[in-house]
Amino acid sequence: MPALCRDCLTTFDAGTRCPACRSPRVTSHPELFDLSIAHMDCDAFYASVEKRDNPALRDKPVIIGGGRRGVVSTACYIARIKGVRSAMPMFQALKLCPEAVVIRPRMEAYVEASRAVRALMDELTPVVEPLSLDEAFLDLTGTARLHQAPPAVMLARLVKRMQDELGLSGSIGLSHNKFLAKLASDLDKPRGFSVIGAAETVAFLAPRPVRLIWGIGPAAQEALEAAGIRTFADLSRWDKDALAQRFGQMGERLWHLARGQDARRVSAHTPVKGISNETTFHDDTADPDILDGHIWRLAEQVSGRAKATGKAGRVVTLKLRRADFRILTRRLSLHQPTQLAETIYRTARALYDQSGLTGPFRLLGVGLSDLVPATEADREGDLLDPGATRRAAAERATDAIRQKFGKDAIVKGRALR
Amino acid sequence: MKFSIERAALLKAVAQAQSVVERRNTIPILANVLIEAEGDTVHFRATDLDIEVVDRAPAHVERAGATTVSAVTLNEIVRKLPDGALVTLSESGASGRLVIEAGRSNFALATLPKEDFPVMASSDYASNFSAPAPVLRRLFDKSKFAISTEETRYYLNGVYMHVAEGDGAALLRCVATDGHRLARIDADLPSGAEGMPGVIVPRKTVGELRKLLDDDDMQIAVSVSETKVRFATPDITLTSKVIDGTFPDYSKVIPIANKRRMEVDAAEFARAVDRVATVSSERSRAVKLSLDQDRLVLSVNAPDSGAAEEELAVSYNDERLEIGFNAKYLLEIASQVDRENAVFLFNASGDPTLMREGNDPTAVYVVMPMRV
Repeated sequence: MPALCRDCLTTFDAGTRCPACRSPRVTSHPELFDLSIAHMDCDAFYASVEKRDNPALRDKPVIIGGGRRGVVSTACYIARIKGVRSAMPMFQALKLCPEAVVIRPRMEAYVEASRAVRALMDELTPVVEPLSLDEAFLDLTGTARLHQAPPAVMLARLVKRMQDELGLSGSIGLSHNKFLAKLASDLDKPRGFSVIGAAETVAFLAPRPVRLIWGIGPAAQEALEAAGIRTFADLSRWDKDALAQRFGQMGERLWHLARGQDARRVSAHTPVKGISNETTFHDDTADPDILDGHIWRLAEQVSGRAKATGKAGRVVTLKLRRADFRILTRRLSLHQPTQLAETIYRTARALYDQSGLTGPFRLLGVGLSDLVPATEADREGDLLDPGATRRAAAERATDAIRQKFGKDAIVKGRALR
Repeated sequence: MKFSIERAALLKAVAQAQSVVERRNTIPILANVLIEAEGDTVHFRATDLDIEVVDRAPAHVERAGATTVSAVTLNEIVRKLPDGALVTLSESGASGRLVIEAGRSNFALATLPKEDFPVMASSDYASNFSAPAPVLRRLFDKSKFAISTEETRYYLNGVYMHVAEGDGAALLRCVATDGHRLARIDADLPSGAEGMPGVIVPRKTVGELRKLLDDDDMQIAVSVSETKVRFATPDITLTSKVIDGTFPDYSKVIPIANKRRMEVDAAEFARAVDRVATVSSERSRAVKLSLDQDRLVLSVNAPDSGAAEEELAVSYNDERLEIGFNAKYLLEIASQVDRENAVFLFNASGDPTLMREGNDPTAVYVVMPMRV
């Protein structure tokens, strides 16, 4: 059986230790050198960056997240031993692990680290599809000749270089499609390298729960369970028509996934579908003035990102999370695409006013979607609102001043609420 | 209940009823038409709770009575019956079915009790007058394209019908706008309409009303209150709630000082706009108008999909001007012109533009330009 040492990258035929360096970090699989779709997932990314940048933290439990009222964004593996998980409320995490060092996210540092990882991935293949700062799909099909090595070796080299050059560790999932590659990368974390071959696909999936499928949330899970579907084995007993009839569009996809089939390509150019920003409050609030201030600041952030990327959007979304964690969203389609903070704010504000919701809320988000190029944005005035043209001109002037003197050079009064 | 009726008369009544009922509604009875037979007339009544339409058709009534059936199904059946057929509708209270017979065809439809059918409360109409069908047709046909679909400004989702002060005489006026274009259409004030409250007639009502206005010789009885409006012919009565809101003060929107005058053959202009807009891939297609001494150049420049240009001879002798518009808006207002040339009055490239037919002040359109 083909085998690979992940420490010295020697390839050999079977064995649990590397014949060259005696390392036990060996991956072997009958299809090891035939598979080329991979998923790379950094291990506890934010926490790893913090530990790298501050070695004093190395042996301490580290939690990245905002404030006492925030949620855990990332927990290092030491904190995870104590039961701390991503998305867990901070107070709960601190109950489990009171000695943890809590660090507020330093997004610039993570973006920077992510760029460095991305650069290494780009050396392997032009087909890299980032899913977030810390994970990506890679398609290495047809690269063996160029690299003079099969994809598995190049992927092992990638994580080794990430460790050696960037001080960051990652796990690799290698398979024959995206769905399975993503499942695989999660099997052996951290510093893992897992392979799901074509031959064992169905047997591998059969006992596993269907909630592993990306996009199957609690609601879909409930619907599936009502149909008696909990595992992939349950799912594979249904025929295609019956699934399509019961679950609509999702049904057909489920039928294929039950067989480990996923035809989605790794795409280097996934278009941005929307721009959104959100804030979790320090204290739950129902105060319309405070909420209004947040709506404005978020609208400005979203607008800023749209302006920076030359995009405009036609749909404005307002997202509110209640104290009981229920999420409510409201959306409105605009007459014309916009990138103006003022328009995004007014629309989001109108959505809030019309929602009839009173709170208290713990989170608020504003989004812009149905994106088009900025040249199509804000081209028409409003007969009934002559002030709109003046407000747009004021915003453009503000942008110009900030460009020159910095972003705090000029702010709206409502931003201070 | 049992009566016989000609297919054509039945189809007319049922078609009107089924266009009022909501396709997707959660209250079953609202999908039904109430059929009431008495004397030598059958009434067909349908409602969506905002609009109620009652059609009267002559029939041979053997047994008076009333019931309700699905308006859409009944319409489909009648539509598929052969022309000239005599249709018999009968219902015996016991079976709970309405039986429809025509020639050798026989249908039985489920019914719902007539007692459940909501009848719109009557209103005290402050104003009653009569207007010729062609006058109302013009008022609504020429304004309805500008009705807004925006839910946030719900008070723009209809045509504002009101009494306005014209030059020396009061006018019956209809205005519609969505904030991007506006139509203001005037007619002589019919006698009896003087004290009429201004009302916003909803979009759907405007659509239903249109079906009453085809006959040039018809006089339409109009009744208006603060909350309802009613249009009636001898055969059909259309009653509608009006939009509960305040229509904005549109008079400030209509430019009075625009000096730069362009006159153009409206049909030729519309065809040219349509042609150049073809190359644009945007959802709101922008067309640029470049004016210089009796010459108009229409152009579209879409970086991703291509460019187009067309020149038209027009009458214009003012300074050079470049101004952009949404092609759809230009087409819509140009298509309102049917007798004379279209006259455009521009100011600057960022200001609203006015359009009218020749020098006719009774139909005025305003359109907002677009940055190009």
